[in-house]
Amino acid sequence: MSSETKQILTTDGIPLEVSLKKAERKNKIKAFLLVAPLLLFLIITYVFPIGDMLFRSVDDKMVTQMLPKTFKAMENWDGQELPDEKVFAAFHEDFIKLVEDKREGKLSTQLNYTKNGFKSIIKKLRRKSKSFEEGNYKEQIMSVHKRWADVEYWRAIQRRAPEFTGQKYLKGMDMYVNEEGKIVSVEEDRRIHRVLWLRTLEIAFFVTVFCFLMAYPIAHLLATLPMKYSNLLMICVLLPFWTSLLVRTASWMILLQQQGIVNDFFVGIGLVADDNRPEMMYNKTGSYVAMTQILLPFMVLPLYSVMKTISPSLMRAGKSLGGTPFVAFWKVYFPLTIPGIGAGCLLVFILAIGYYITPALVGGASGTLISNQIAFHMKSTLDWSFASAMGLMLLSGVLVIYWLYNKLVGIDNIKLG
Amino acid sequence: MALKKDFVKFDKVDKSYDGKVLVVKDLQLDIEEGEFVTMLGPSGSGKTTCLMMLAGFETPTNGEIYLDGKAISSIPPHKRGIGMVFQNYALFPHMTVYENLAFPLRVRKIPKDEADKKIDKALSMVSLQGFASRMPGQLSGGQQQRVAVARSLVFDPQLVLMDEPLGALDKNLRESMQYEIKHIHENIGVTVVYVTHDQSEALTMSNRIAVFNDGKVQQLSSPDELYEKPVNSFVAEFIGENNTFVGEVSDISGGKCKVKIANTDILANPISVKGKGEKTKISLRPERALINPSDKMDNIHSGKIEEVIYHGDHTRVRINLLGNNQFILKVPNSSANLDIKLGKDIKIGWNSEDARALDPS
Repeated sequence: MSSETKQILTTDGIPLEVSLKKAERKNKIKAFLLVAPLLLFLIITYVFPIGDMLFRSVDDKMVTQMLPKTFKAMENWDGQELPDEKVFAAFHEDFIKLVEDKREGKLSTQLNYTKNGFKSIIKKLRRKSKSFEEGNYKEQIMSVHKRWADVEYWRAIQRRAPEFTGQKYLKGMDMYVNEEGKIVSVEEDRRIHRVLWLRTLEIAFFVTVFCFLMAYPIAHLLATLPMKYSNLLMICVLLPFWTSLLVRTASWMILLQQQGIVNDFFVGIGLVADDNRPEMMYNKTGSYVAMTQILLPFMVLPLYSVMKTISPSLMRAGKSLGGTPFVAFWKVYFPLTIPGIGAGCLLVFILAIGYYITPALVGGASGTLISNQIAFHMKSTLDWSFASAMGLMLLSGVLVIYWLYNKLVGIDNIKLG
Repeated sequence: MALKKDFVKFDKVDKSYDGKVLVVKDLQLDIEEGEFVTMLGPSGSGKTTCLMMLAGFETPTNGEIYLDGKAISSIPPHKRGIGMVFQNYALFPHMTVYENLAFPLRVRKIPKDEADKKIDKALSMVSLQGFASRMPGQLSGGQQQRVAVARSLVFDPQLVLMDEPLGALDKNLRESMQYEIKHIHENIGVTVVYVTHDQSEALTMSNRIAVFNDGKVQQLSSPDELYEKPVNSFVAEFIGENNTFVGEVSDISGGKCKVKIANTDILANPISVKGKGEKTKISLRPERALINPSDKMDNIHSGKIEEVIYHGDHTRVRINLLGNNQFILKVPNSSANLDIKLGKDIKIGWNSEDARALDPS
């Protein structure tokens, strides 16, 4: 036999390789068409919104577009002394246009985010500007209010010149760019977000720990019980899934309130005095209890599916080789459940870190999380770009955790079933 | 030191899981030190339950098990010091071969250099040197099997239990592993209790075989005795191939009995029949019945050939003989036996000694 490779031809003379590729290409196109709807759905409902969120969180075009001439004139201003007549004239021109379009209110809101005190002086300027004479706008504007003659306010306007800004992110960390352009923290008593971030991490961490401690024995029981009992137990575990989240949270409110069932029981068995009922709701305790219960199935299920695959003969082997039941568990059984522990913990932690309804209802002031703050900015202050910025910070936090997990345990080790 | 006669002793052991059915009934079994004893039986016969009681994963409902003279029912499995090979090997999948073998040594706090020597020895015993750093998942079924055997022996137990260890291997590998385990047993002289439902495996490997059925030991004897001299019809039918005739004893005298089958009397060896009129089942091994019988044989009958199956070195012939159309003959393929043709009548003979008249069930 000769060892040289001869090109194999099909019956119609086309090389077999080409012909095979052609046949495979058809299949590939078919497969792609099958997944295309899902792909499209994912792009529309997932990639676009997140992209939009990213854009919104750094977008600062509004002021740039409202004061185009002013910013053009400010390009040569060094920011040390008050700007010269040219800047004032340009600002006046931009401002008159905004007044005509009735958009000066928006400008005042936006500038007020940057520095307090713009609202009233813009209102005043609008009234006075009707009687302005042509020329020497610097004098005229400065005479409207003494703040217009303060260089700080002009610097504040200049800071809004760029089309994109990271200041929302800084605000999310309780930091801002001060007059000198340095990034500094806000005063101690005005810091709210850092506390919330830390609390979110803390609650998510402990909820994960509690879930793990409770789910491990349950999952083990589920995996080892005979079928007829384990099915019943499985239904008990899954029952919360089939109940509305709101109903479950509301039932915790009934249980945990000061005149609630749990407190009544404690008083009944004499654990606490009737006039000294502990507050178990509208604080961290409420968040811990309700979130642990609600997220428990997410820990049980991956653990169960991993434990189900561990042959009982492994524990027996461990014991027959001389390991005490504890050694057999710790050296043999436990390491084999790590993929399930990883999956469960990651799942619960990521869900807990963005939890919203439950902490909003039972968390009170000291039990709310960062997501409640995001919702507050979405609904109440309407500062969507700030909400977007915090949302993205949360998302990148989750990605960091995911990355860390991959480094420490390895994402291939994850097993959901 | 003399080998102990009753190194392992099951003393009147009963076992019931649900309190209604006894899966092991009044088991009495002595195993000698250094012996290779196989528990053989169909599934559900209680053999694995016996093994699990010996290993300590089940407790006897009644009776006591003794190991080296000590009652062990109240000793937990990890203190019994019994090596065990499981059905699906039960290697720890997250540990290397080395760590698997080191596990029993580590829990016994054996110093590392001594442990390493033992591990090397155990691995060379199953000819797996150089595999120490592999994970079990990277090994073939036969290799995993050997690691499991090595692991069960590495801490020098006096007794090793094997629960159908070769069940998952293919036929060729199974056969070579049978010899390998047999040789390991011969070399190190450890006592082995082996469970299987494969009779050829049991016949190949064991010193003695305990045939289980219905929670009882039906017969405990060496492989040849078990095959040649089954004490009841269950053992006769379970071990090897068997031709049976059902009939009634018409006469019994001088170590022989006459059994009436389809209006013909045949001579048989009375094993479990005592007197006239008893029902009996006669068991005859196919290779003990010959075609072209010599005149010395005291049973000669003729039957019609119903089926001929060629098997290479021998031919299986199915004959309708005395109303039994499932009578099997194994005829060697020699030039003298070329006239075996379908539909032909043929003379068959056997010695009455080989036709064992057993219980009728």
